[in-house]
Amino acid sequence: MEIKNIYHIAKRAMGAQLVRMNAIASNLANADNIASTPEDAYKPIKPVFETKYFDIIKKRGISTVDAVTVEQMKDEPIKEYKPGHPLADEEGFIYRAPVDSQEEYVEMLEASRQYQNNIEVITTIKGLMLKTANLGK
Amino acid sequence: MINTFKQQLEVFSKAIGIRNRRNEILASNIANAATPNYKARDVDFEVELARSLSVGPIKTSNDAHFAVASKNLPGKVQYRKPLQPSMDGNTVELAVEQMEFAENSVRYQTTLNFINGKLSGLMSAIRGE
Repeated sequence: MEIKNIYHIAKRAMGAQLVRMNAIASNLANADNIASTPEDAYKPIKPVFETKYFDIIKKRGISTVDAVTVEQMKDEPIKEYKPGHPLADEEGFIYRAPVDSQEEYVEMLEASRQYQNNIEVITTIKGLMLKTANLGK
Repeated sequence: MINTFKQQLEVFSKAIGIRNRRNEILASNIANAATPNYKARDVDFEVELARSLSVGPIKTSNDAHFAVASKNLPGKVQYRKPLQPSMDGNTVELAVEQMEFAENSVRYQTTLNFINGKLSGLMSAIRGE
């Protein structure tokens, strides 16, 4: 999709932050998930951000951001010895999802702050544009 | 006569154009606050204004000449020096960008006010009130 003006900058940046929020939400929702094999255990996901530049050369230096992919982290599941657990394997181990809740909370705060920043930018720009449109009245 | 109107408003129109561009660049910086390896950019307003005022239509010495207006070249975008380096190579510091954006918006509005003042001055001169 083309990037043409300042609204596109904020729109796409907010979209990227929302992808990040979704990833955090699913990580937190699966934080204490337990599986019987290491392969089945939930792996935390993280979006990959990439700068997208304007197509018009005259607008050089202007860019926005896209969440290009969402990738699974390579963290090993936490192995716990719980022989009584219904999901335990033959040796009595269960595999807990390696989600760091604190890290996710901090990232959630950061993502929401950055979303707000983009809204703030657009509110300011909108006001300025309306004032410019009413110039000379 | 048209030329004089142009002269009256030229500085402000150039200034507001640069302010607008700077706002877009600062918005890009804010949008990329979480992108690894993104380098914050900015333009130097004073340098840009001086440059855009010094380029204009070519002087003509003969009626057969065309006063071709030289195209407004894109300005020089520079990289910001971060106050504190970060681990992921991103040089956007939100506090800095927000301050710059706030300042730039206020200055944009001030320029608008200047234009409004100029316009009403010209209007009252035309009306002869």
